Amino acid sequence: MRSPVEPKSAGAWRSQIPTGKALVPYLLLAPFGCLFAVFIVAPLVYAFYISLFRDTLVGGRQFAGAANYLRVMSDDKFWAGLGNLFLFGIVQVPVMLGLATLLALVLDRGQLYGEALFRLGLFLPYAVPGVIAALIWGYVYGPVFGPFAQLAEAIDVPAPELLSREAMLFSIANIVTWEFLGYYMIIFYAALKAIPPHLLEAALLDGASRWQFVRYIQLPLLRPMILLAIVFSINGTLQLFNEPYLMRVHAPTVIDSSYTPNLYAYSLTTANQQYNYAAAISFVLGAVIACASYLFILVSGRRRRR
Amino acid sequence: MSSGAVPAFLPGGEHQGLQGEQPRSRVPMTLLLSVFLIYTFTPLIYLIISATKSNADLFGTFGFWFGRQFSLFENLHALFTREGGIFLRWALNSFIYSLVSAVGAALISAAAGYAFARFEFHGRKAAFAIILGAVMIPQTVLVIPIFFVLSVIGLGNNPLGVILPSMISPIGVYLMRIYIEEGVDSELIDAARMDGAGELRIFIDIVLRLAAPGFITVLLLSFVGTWNNYFLPLIVLRSQEYYPLTVGLSAWYQLASVGGGGSQVLLPLVMTGALVSIIPVILVFLLLQRFWQGGLSAGALR
Repeated sequence: MRSPVEPKSAGAWRSQIPTGKALVPYLLLAPFGCLFAVFIVAPLVYAFYISLFRDTLVGGRQFAGAANYLRVMSDDKFWAGLGNLFLFGIVQVPVMLGLATLLALVLDRGQLYGEALFRLGLFLPYAVPGVIAALIWGYVYGPVFGPFAQLAEAIDVPAPELLSREAMLFSIANIVTWEFLGYYMIIFYAALKAIPPHLLEAALLDGASRWQFVRYIQLPLLRPMILLAIVFSINGTLQLFNEPYLMRVHAPTVIDSSYTPNLYAYSLTTANQQYNYAAAISFVLGAVIACASYLFILVSGRRRRR
Repeated sequence: MSSGAVPAFLPGGEHQGLQGEQPRSRVPMTLLLSVFLIYTFTPLIYLIISATKSNADLFGTFGFWFGRQFSLFENLHALFTREGGIFLRWALNSFIYSLVSAVGAALISAAAGYAFARFEFHGRKAAFAIILGAVMIPQTVLVIPIFFVLSVIGLGNNPLGVILPSMISPIGVYLMRIYIEEGVDSELIDAARMDGAGELRIFIDIVLRLAAPGFITVLLLSFVGTWNNYFLPLIVLRSQEYYPLTVGLSAWYQLASVGGGGSQVLLPLVMTGALVSIIPVILVFLLLQRFWQGGLSAGALR
């Protein structure tokens, strides 16, 4: 992403068609290129193509132009799902990345007993498949034999309703945080490790406090990595599927089939077989994700220049 | 001690006690991180304990302590024999899909990375930019379009529909390019050419061998990525016998939670199955730290 696509001048193609040794790089690239064409380019092209049509019971497949896209624009279910994700992301992403930064700084300072245990232990959830993590937490939250409900019952207070309409987004946010906190901690930690140690020695010699070192040296150097983590997190948030899909089992009235846009596209595809409309939703969602990432990069870049 | 030279994950990272700094903050720092470690372990400990319980104990005894009887082995036996041992089938599927995808992804990425690292050709910059750009395409947004294409080319409900898309690893290409640029001497390749070695031989005997750490990193990341994948197999595969662990277990989970009529018998099996299915990945991560840590930080740095 450092270099934007540089269009080749037409003259570059004037030279002869490659033969013999000159073919080697193309042959090396061919397997990747074929898979890329079949499973990335073709799906995008084909999905875009069918998103321009409408399946009708009597008339079969009919060209619909932008009708599916216009329908997405005015589809309350789609926007309500996006709204859920907005609420979710605005809380979950800062909390998770803030904690990850804190943990990385503490780890990096190295004044700990059992540092290796913390480093590996905190990373461990990343090795758990997301869907299994959601499954485990679903039981932990559960009102029937979830340990929190049991505890509440034991001390005779009403059980916390972790799967209620009000708490659901937080409950899901907790699962996602649990999965990725250690992952981002490790990435930040690796970035902190790359800071030359003589910087700290020089800062301390100059009489800087530990906090000043964190504030004026470590955090600014960590900044690009944090920005990248935010872009990934925005990306991941907007694609949320596993956790709400599994929580739906426990709380079908709280999580409807369009709780997140991906869940909506999934239901449209599997239950309703509305392929054309599902394709349009996927495209709009992809566009929203691209815009959100781009906007964020733009805004953070501008703030830096000021 | 120069911390910059110590890879983050190698044991012996406990250095850094800078001269002049008092270790007085050791206890509070350790306590602070312990709080997070407890948070991390809470659901895992719950899972381990639950896997040792009978159905009655799951409902009747406290979640964070063992039940009246130790039923882990009964659960394991039930898990692997239910429905003609379909769980073992799912485990094997997961393993085969992950292994084939990982080997394929590593080989394909190595070949592409080698082309970018050591050859000049038309469209080289543009092709690399497109591959890097593909990293930003939201994965799950691609899943439904991939499903459409698979249905058209006759790979709907076919394991290949999960395996082949999982072999595409733009990050893998990027990593292999870096590894080959840094780790494979182009003079060595030229010398081999002078000696009359074929290009395939050079790729296998020199490039793959010298870039082995990068190769293993891509292999690992792809293996874990496919093992943990859920959305793609969920959409592509309809027959139970093709399910990987994630899809199979979540199907049981839904049955156990929703269905009446004795389907709650499945509960201990879901718990035990979840435990069994996370152990291999955790082991892979613990045993092969050296390889994935490089990939993680490079992947994030890209």
